[in-house]
Amino acid sequence: MIGGARGRVPLSLALPALVTVALLLLPLVYLVLRAGSGGSRAWEVLWRRSTAELLWSTGLLVVGVTAASVAIGVTLAWLVTRTDLPGRRIWAVAATLPLVIPSYVAAFCLLGAFGPRGLAQQLLGVDRLPELYGYAGASAALTLSTYPYVLLLTSAALRGVDPALEEAARGLGRTPFATFRRVTLPAVRPAIGAGALLVALYSLSDFGVVSLMRYDALTRAIYLQYRALFDRTPAAVLSLVLVALTLVVLVVEGRSRHQTHRSSPGVAREGRRFALGRWKVPALAFCSLVVGLFLLVPSAVLVYWLGRGLDEGELPWREALNSVTASGLAAAAAALAALPVATLALRYPARWTRLLERLSFSGNALPGIVIALSLVFFAANYATPLYQTLALLVFAYVVRFLPQALAGVESALASVSPRVEEASRALGRGPLRTIATVTVPIVRPGILAGAALVFLSAMKELPATLLLRPIGFDTLATDIWRLTSVGAYSRAAIPALILIAISAPFVYLLSTRRDPAAGDPG
Amino acid sequence: MRRMVALAAIAAAMAGCGGSDEADDSRTLTVYSGREEELVAPLFDRFEEETGIDVEVRYGDSAELAATIAEEGDNSPADVFFAQDPGSLGAVDELLAKLPSTTLSRVADDLRDSEGRWVGTSGRARVIVYNTDALSEDEVPDSVYDLTDPEWKGRVGLAPTNASFHAFVTAMRLDAGEERTRRWLEDLKENDPTFYEKNTPIVEATASGEIDLGLVNHYYLYLVQAEQGSDAPIANKYLPFDDPGALVSVAGAGVLASSDDVDAAERFVEFLLSDESQRFYTDEAEEAEIPLVDGIDPKEGVPSLDELSDRGPDVDLSSFGGELERTLELLNETGYTS
Repeated sequence: MIGGARGRVPLSLALPALVTVALLLLPLVYLVLRAGSGGSRAWEVLWRRSTAELLWSTGLLVVGVTAASVAIGVTLAWLVTRTDLPGRRIWAVAATLPLVIPSYVAAFCLLGAFGPRGLAQQLLGVDRLPELYGYAGASAALTLSTYPYVLLLTSAALRGVDPALEEAARGLGRTPFATFRRVTLPAVRPAIGAGALLVALYSLSDFGVVSLMRYDALTRAIYLQYRALFDRTPAAVLSLVLVALTLVVLVVEGRSRHQTHRSSPGVAREGRRFALGRWKVPALAFCSLVVGLFLLVPSAVLVYWLGRGLDEGELPWREALNSVTASGLAAAAAALAALPVATLALRYPARWTRLLERLSFSGNALPGIVIALSLVFFAANYATPLYQTLALLVFAYVVRFLPQALAGVESALASVSPRVEEASRALGRGPLRTIATVTVPIVRPGILAGAALVFLSAMKELPATLLLRPIGFDTLATDIWRLTSVGAYSRAAIPALILIAISAPFVYLLSTRRDPAAGDPG
Repeated sequence: MRRMVALAAIAAAMAGCGGSDEADDSRTLTVYSGREEELVAPLFDRFEEETGIDVEVRYGDSAELAATIAEEGDNSPADVFFAQDPGSLGAVDELLAKLPSTTLSRVADDLRDSEGRWVGTSGRARVIVYNTDALSEDEVPDSVYDLTDPEWKGRVGLAPTNASFHAFVTAMRLDAGEERTRRWLEDLKENDPTFYEKNTPIVEATASGEIDLGLVNHYYLYLVQAEQGSDAPIANKYLPFDDPGALVSVAGAGVLASSDDVDAAERFVEFLLSDESQRFYTDEAEEAEIPLVDGIDPKEGVPSLDELSDRGPDVDLSSFGGELERTLELLNETGYTS
């Protein structure tokens, strides 16, 4: 149980948190309005057989991607942080890099490589490879873009586990494996859970991959319904089904979350590394496979395309600057917005503060088009001066990606003992000053990590960017879209590679982070 | 410090000047364009040069922009909606103003809204694209109805979620009736067609030999040739007879009733139908759409409107918006989109 700062919740904290969450719920309000205006038709859509099938296929995809991401992410995290794997640092960065590849680009690249008549078929000279379209391709491309979330959060937590605990377990005669299972794993479980949640939400909301891989998920059906044009009810109903599915995911993750926290280790030091011995070769093979498949293959395809189109056109510097500006503002805004919500949930634990925190996730699995149209509706009609401004675009990014900022801030907050803050309060500082002068400096790495995740996601965002950006505000993502929509892949490779190049340094910073977040078990 | 204040003052003064300049002589037109920037941007530039009116363009998917306009309602910043298909225009036709008859009369009356709220600006024909290594033109069927023949099992590609395919199925429904269309869809499904998201991937897959033929609009061939080189083994077959597979549809434009500069907006639509703009599709545009104005021939190798009008189903494009829902239901029931 967390010992909160207890006492009355200061209004200066509750108010921003409430306002933040209320704003985040706008898309839900919109959906209820739209579904409601359909009347009985809404029920009809809900009870269609195809709706149940969509629910099933989406669930299957989310479970598969999350399981694969956790398996790959946790194994890699352990290998690069706690073993004597040769080249650990390099593996850590290389294995995290797929995070910067937009999932629609990843799907394009996987298809270009392994699809019918793709590069692999040409190189291998075979007639047919196993079918990539459908479940296999969709889950592979989504796993590629999401397992780094688990890897990042878990390895940061692993670096923060107090080695004394593991040493004690080994001293008491536990085998290395038992130590890992009984001591290390429970300590990093919250981090794994947080990573898995991000993966699940991402897979629920993604449209690019399921459409390119032709897999029937809810998001694809929602996009398709928008083509029916006259009646926006079915799209709204299906979106609400998606929200319901999100709530299930949130409840599952919330249950698995142990209320752990601990005081920071007295001295930060590295634990003893596990000697891989004869497992070294399989471990290296595993790392090579992951990095090869998820980083080298997409990069190779992009470079191949680039080779065909390098001589044309100028480099998209203006687009790059726009991407960085919008994403940077979104990262800062999301971190600011996450702080009160996280502080409230972790420092003043009560049913309503936890509920508030969970609610802020509820719209997160909605596909970008739904969030975009809901903001179009509200802004065009009730906040006209804001409509089609950079501010609204940044706001849309915050709505979509706040959970990533929350994951960073919360894991950091959980690691700091509230006693430190209590001491500050006891010495006469007010709650806000305590947050500003004590909490924020301590959890700064977590805040920055969360902001970096938001930055990376916003760089890649497409559907909301298309509808909400100020006119003429082109970004790297919209540039990729503009070119791929007429099949000009060779020219699309340029903005795609620039996007990756800009994002890469952030990944480097993230992947070497040490999170003091891991709690001791129980 | 003093230097900074001075700099700030200069900056403010410059900003002030810029502002007043703009207010004097610039009118701004906002266009929502569902047509790709890569394809139509030169037209916007030319309009700006000719009229001095600034054009601001929001590019996006036609259907998504239609949904956006519907959500914006009377507060839409858009003056003109320039869309890929009659369906998207039809979806918001209640928000469009009637166009001047001089503009409307530039095109044949079956290529515009029957109530004059939008007008076609360029034409596209449905074709069967085929791999020239695998098939000769004669071997390609003369009618889409032949594609249900076992001979074509596993060899056909189509894009069941794409607006152009929806328009084609709508045309078949209106032309041949509901039952015939349903049967065709069911029989074709038995023939294991490959589904794609859009037209471009179909043409690419045809070029690579993944499939032997595909149902697409005619101009994607040119886009893929631009990327892969003109020696890519693909060609279009324009269906010779009265066949839904020879539908001629249009991209079009309409003026929003809520526009605050209807005059400029109407001038833009008029401009799109000027001889000069229509020649753009013949002389410059890589994708070789079909000009709609009398007396302007399409690019070599593309049949003219006259040649095409004898073929194809006799259907009313302005009903496509309203018919779309039923088409989507049919596609859903026959397992194409579910």
